[in-house]
Amino acid sequence: MSTVRVPPVLRAAVGGVRELSVPGSTVAEVLDALYAAHPEVQAQLVSENGELHRFVNIYVNDEDVRLQGWLATPVGDSDTLLILPAMAGGATSSR
Amino acid sequence: MAQTYQDLLAAARSEVPEVQVVELAERLAGAAAPLVVDVREQSEWDEGHVPGAVHVPRGYLESRIAGIASPDQAVVLMCAGGFRSLLAARNLREMGYEHVESLAGGFTRWKQAGNEFVVPQTLTPDQRSRYSRHILIPEVGEAGQLKLLGAKVLLIGAGGLGSPAAYYLAAAGVGTLGLVDDDVVEASNLQRQIIHTTDRVGMLKAESAKIAIEALNPDVRVNVHATRIDRDNVLDIISGYDVIVDGADNFPTRYLLADASLMTRTPLVHASILRFEGHASVFLPYDGPCYRCLFPEPPPPDLAPSCGEAGVLGVLCGVMGNIQANEAIKVILGIGDTLSGRLLVYDALGMSFTELKVRRDPNCPGCGPDAHLEFRDYDAWCAGIDRHLETVEG
Repeated sequence: MSTVRVPPVLRAAVGGVRELSVPGSTVAEVLDALYAAHPEVQAQLVSENGELHRFVNIYVNDEDVRLQGWLATPVGDSDTLLILPAMAGGATSSR
Repeated sequence: MAQTYQDLLAAARSEVPEVQVVELAERLAGAAAPLVVDVREQSEWDEGHVPGAVHVPRGYLESRIAGIASPDQAVVLMCAGGFRSLLAARNLREMGYEHVESLAGGFTRWKQAGNEFVVPQTLTPDQRSRYSRHILIPEVGEAGQLKLLGAKVLLIGAGGLGSPAAYYLAAAGVGTLGLVDDDVVEASNLQRQIIHTTDRVGMLKAESAKIAIEALNPDVRVNVHATRIDRDNVLDIISGYDVIVDGADNFPTRYLLADASLMTRTPLVHASILRFEGHASVFLPYDGPCYRCLFPEPPPPDLAPSCGEAGVLGVLCGVMGNIQANEAIKVILGIGDTLSGRLLVYDALGMSFTELKVRRDPNCPGCGPDAHLEFRDYDAWCAGIDRHLETVEG
């Protein structure tokens, strides 16, 4: 089971937790297992044509999987898969 | 037989050729310029010296000359009036420096003749005291502090990130701070925007921050830009600044700054915050990845809540804003390893810092070889409208 780190914007979709243990030996398998357990995550990360949105970065440990094997990138039991959407906040505005 | 000072000078003059001011000026402008060594004391040097001259106080000349000149090199020694240098030159000739001359009339005559001279920048006694803890650090020192005093940093937003960043940059003696913010201070800001105060609620944030900065450090000049930065004014505003500190609260401004940073080759120090999580990085144009290498496209608005919608821990702003101040100072001083090529993710709840690698994307729409950098309609683009249509003429 690898560890999946959930960004603040997706925590409501996984019951409020920051980390989850998810099975799978590739990025695709881990994400599929995550979607099966928390369907709302899939709705936010995947576009209508079934692909991950371009604004979502996925890291296995500290490397961006786009620069590795993309969804086929292997994920080991001691690895951490980190989902990282961009954040805009700087709190200039009070709105 | 005892010799008087006059005897010594006369003896030196018989051995050491003297060069006149006019001739030295001509030789310095020519191809075979001699090395000019100024042997006056520190305080005299600080008041002005010949451009390109090397300073070695008279008392250290014999012990240090080997490190700055070889015996076969043409050297002109100079002092204030031409006497100390004459005697010093005699010693150097005894040490085998055969091409040593002395400047007749010294720096006084050089100046009187209307020749160019430079006055080195130095810290005032007050500044030496104020910045003494910086000056003690070898990587900063007096030269580094002078760099900070000469540096210009533009802060986008005088809010959650901009407050601590501006405060610490001001304390550090960054000589010019630009503050871009068109918002006014509200009571709900004060939980995190520590540069503002309760009695300044209702005031423009940039003006409120200016009051705080000037009270903290009168060395700092504050430029107030009480406007929302957009594609029409961004190049005017950022020109003249050495570093941009991005504390914006929205994606349109962040992508605008990312593009403008590339266009003007101005380093961009990035941070963003939400709830208990902070991101920070440094984008050095064409020398490391840019914001678009990291995030080629913004998330749609429903996946990108603002702090106003989702909340943010006040202290988190302090941590991330100070990381930005730290990185801006390193960029200015050219020291250490910046966050260029790395995204720092801080989880305040778990109290963990995670580093992610950010690599230059060879197909980057911002800094890649085929990128066509043009300002676009960032508001529409970030709202997902016509995302895949081409850029708007800017």
